[in-house]
Amino acid sequence: MASAKHLHPQEAETPVFDVNPVLGERATHYCPGCHHGIAHRLVSEALYELGVADKTILVASVGCSAFAYDYFNVDSVEAPHGRACAVATGIRRARPEAVVFTYQGDGDMAAIGIGESLHAANRGEKITAVFINNTVYGMTGGQMAPTTLIGQKTTTTLHGRNFHSEGGPIRLAEIMAQLQGVAHASRCALDSVKHVKEAKKAVRRAFDVQIAGLGFGFVELLSGCPTNWRMDPVSANRRIATDMIPVFPLGVFKDVKGT
Amino acid sequence: MNSDSGQTPGRVLVKGNEAVAYGAVDAGLQCYFGYPITPQNEIPEMLSTLLPEHGGSFVQAESEVGAVNMLLGAGACGVPAMVSSSSCGISLMQEGISYMAGSHIPGVIVNMSRGGPGLGDIGPSQGDYFQAVKGGGHGDHRNLVLAPATAQECYDFMFKAFTLAFVYRNPVMILGDAVVAQLKEPVRRVPPAGTNTPEYLQSLVRDQRIEGYGARGKAAAPRLLKSVYLAEGALAGRNRLLQSKYAEMRKEVLFERENVDDADLIVIAFGSMGRTARSAIHRLRKAGRNIGLFRPLTLYPFPEAALQKLAPGRRFLVVEQNIGQMVEDVRLAVNGVCPVYWHGVMPGLFVGADELVDPILRALE
Amino acid sequence: MSKYQDVIMAGFGGQGVMLIGNLLAQAGMEQGINVTFIPVYGAEMRGGTANCTVVLDSLPIGSPLVHEPLSTIVLNEPSLAKFQPRLRKDGVQVVNTSLIAEHLVDAAIRTVRIPANGMAHELGNAKLANMVALGAWLRATEALPLKAVRDALRRVVSAHYAGLIPVNAAALDAGYNFA
Repeated sequence: MASAKHLHPQEAETPVFDVNPVLGERATHYCPGCHHGIAHRLVSEALYELGVADKTILVASVGCSAFAYDYFNVDSVEAPHGRACAVATGIRRARPEAVVFTYQGDGDMAAIGIGESLHAANRGEKITAVFINNTVYGMTGGQMAPTTLIGQKTTTTLHGRNFHSEGGPIRLAEIMAQLQGVAHASRCALDSVKHVKEAKKAVRRAFDVQIAGLGFGFVELLSGCPTNWRMDPVSANRRIATDMIPVFPLGVFKDVKGT
Repeated sequence: MNSDSGQTPGRVLVKGNEAVAYGAVDAGLQCYFGYPITPQNEIPEMLSTLLPEHGGSFVQAESEVGAVNMLLGAGACGVPAMVSSSSCGISLMQEGISYMAGSHIPGVIVNMSRGGPGLGDIGPSQGDYFQAVKGGGHGDHRNLVLAPATAQECYDFMFKAFTLAFVYRNPVMILGDAVVAQLKEPVRRVPPAGTNTPEYLQSLVRDQRIEGYGARGKAAAPRLLKSVYLAEGALAGRNRLLQSKYAEMRKEVLFERENVDDADLIVIAFGSMGRTARSAIHRLRKAGRNIGLFRPLTLYPFPEAALQKLAPGRRFLVVEQNIGQMVEDVRLAVNGVCPVYWHGVMPGLFVGADELVDPILRALE
Repeated sequence: MSKYQDVIMAGFGGQGVMLIGNLLAQAGMEQGINVTFIPVYGAEMRGGTANCTVVLDSLPIGSPLVHEPLSTIVLNEPSLAKFQPRLRKDGVQVVNTSLIAEHLVDAAIRTVRIPANGMAHELGNAKLANMVALGAWLRATEALPLKAVRDALRRVVSAHYAGLIPVNAAALDAGYNFA
C-alpha cells in the first residue's frame, strides 16, 4: 500500500494534480500498466465536477473491476455477472433522484450481459454505462472475449481467434448508437494523453445525458491489459494504437442534445 | 374490474393472479418487473396500469434474468418490489435470488407454477416445491415460502410477504399454481388486520437501516451491498450470519388444521391440492370416517414441530401434485414415529375431489 | 345446511361459455354465497371445446374442479360427448339442440333440450345462445334467482357493450321461460 502522505502537496509546493475525493487514496489491486486506474480516475472526476457523488450509486460487475467499490466513495451494489444494467434499471426505478452507473468489462457487458445491456439502453434508462474493452477476459486469466481481435491469441484461442469458428469482434459503441433510447454512445482510448483527454470529455458527456434525463449514456474505453496480452505496459499501449483502433474506430457515434 | 360489486360491497370476483396484483399494490408495492409467461400473465397485465396509477414503476423486462436483477436493484434501495413468473422463468431467476439472499436484499417473487420439467405444460403442478423451499439457487440460502390456496390468500399473503421480506431482508416466494392463479373467487379487498401498511413497511426500512436507502448525504460513509467474501474466513462468517437468520425465520411458521383431534388419518396437502383434499375429506367424514386435514401455509419454514406433535398413533397421507417432494419433509419431521403414505397427482392434470376419495380410503386400510 | 351446486359449461370457443360462467359466479357472490369459477384454458381453447366450472356453496368451497358434475350446460356435440358420461346420475344437463343431434342425448339422464341458437336468432342476435342456455339452467336447478343473474349482467358485461345488456337479459328470460 502506498502511503497517502506523499500524495499531498508539501510546504511551498503548488498542486497541479491532486487526490480526487470521489476516488480516495487507496492504491488499487490492478496490475502494472492496466488502464482501470485511469478509467476510475476519469469517472471520479466527472462525478466530482458534477457534485453528485453523495447521490451516486455504482453497480459493480464481475471481472477485474468487481471490486471497483473499494475505490469509489459512493454507494454500491454488486451485480451478478452480466446483469449490471438490469440491476441499475431497478435502482433507477426505485430511486429516480439518484445518479446510477455501471462499470463493466467486455466479457460482462458484451458476452453474458449483452441482452440486459442492450435492453436497458433501448428502454432509455437514465443510467450511464462505462464499458472497458481490452479484448480479453482478465480476471479468469486471459480467455477469448467477444471483443478479441481476429488472430489474437488467448488461452482459449491458442492459434488466434478464427473468424470462421469464433466470429469477429463485437463493436458495442456502434450497436448502442442504433438504439433509440441511447443519448450518448462513443468510443475513446486510454493509450495517450490526447486520447485520455478526449475520454474525459466523453465520460462526462455520458453522465450529462443521464442527469439531463435524455437517456442512456454509453462510453467505451479501449484499455490495455499487459498481463493477459503477455506484454510490457509500453508495448501494450502501442498495441491499442496499432491493432485495436483500426478495428474499433474512435469517435462519438451518437449524441442527443438537450432541448 | 368494476368497482360496483352489487349487493355485497367490499367483495370483488377476481382470479388469484388479480388478487396478487391488488394485494401487492395495497401492501405498498413500488416497483414491479416481469416477463410474460402463462399462467401468471394477469399479474403484469394488471400492474402495468394499476401500479403507475399508485405512483409506482412497472417494467416489462427483456427476460426473467433481467427482471430478477431489477428486483435486486430496487430491493437494494429499500423499496417494496416484486417479480412474478412461472416455473421455467423462476429457474432463470435463481441466480439473482441467491445473490439477493447473500446480500441481505429484500424482495417478493411470485411463482404461479406450471408443469415441468422443461417446457412441460401450462396446467397445474406443484413440481416447484423443491425449487422454492430448498433454496433453489447456488450456495446455502433459504427463501421464506408462502403457499396460498384461495384468491383471498393470494391477496392477504402479499402483505405478509412484504413484511417478512423487510423484517428479514430476504427473498420471499409466493408459491401458487395454475389453479390458484386462474381460479376466480370473491375477495375482500381489505388489508388484513394487524399486518403492514406502506407506512409500516417504510418504517421497517428505516429501522433496519437497509443499505442504499435514499441518498446517503454528504457526511455519511458509502454503503455497499454485496455477497462476495474472498478474505480468509470472511465467507464462513457470512454464512454463520445467514444461518442464524434462517434459524430466526423458523418462528414465522404458519399452518391450518381441520378435524385433526379425532382423526385416525391426517391428509397433508398445500396450495390448491389442500383445498381439493378438503372437499374429499368432507365427503368421507360424512360417511363416518375420522380424517383430518393439515395444510402448511408456510413451506419454509416447514411446520415440523406441529406435525411431530400430531404423529403419535396416527397415519399421515401426503397428497401433492408432483412425483414426491413435500413428502420428504414430512418424513423428516415425523422421523419414523408414524407411517407416512403418499399420493401423487401427476403435474398438468386438472383433478377434482372425486379423484382423491379412493387414494385417501386406501391410506385408511 | 350446505346448499351446494356445481356446473360445467362447455362449447366451442366463441360461444360465450366463459361469459356465462363469470356471470353466474358474479351473481352468486352478490347473493352472499361462496363461488368459484375456473376456466380450462390453453391448448383446448384452440379449436376444441372451451369449458369452465362454477361451484356455488353456502359453505367455504374446497375443490373448484369437479370431475363428475351435478349439472352441465353443453352447447355443442364435442362437449356432450365429453361431459355426458361424467354427469352424476342425479344430475341435470342443458343441451343445445340447435347444434346437437337428439339421438346423442342419453335418455336416462334428466335433460333440458333447448334450441338455444334458434331462440337467440329469434331474439335478433345469434350470439345470445349462451344466455338462453343459462336461463334454462337456472330454471332447471333453481340454484339462484333469475333476477340475481339479470342484475349481475351490468357488472360482467364491459362498459363498451353496456347497450347489449337488455337483449342479454331478454335471452336469459326466454331460456328460463322455455321449459
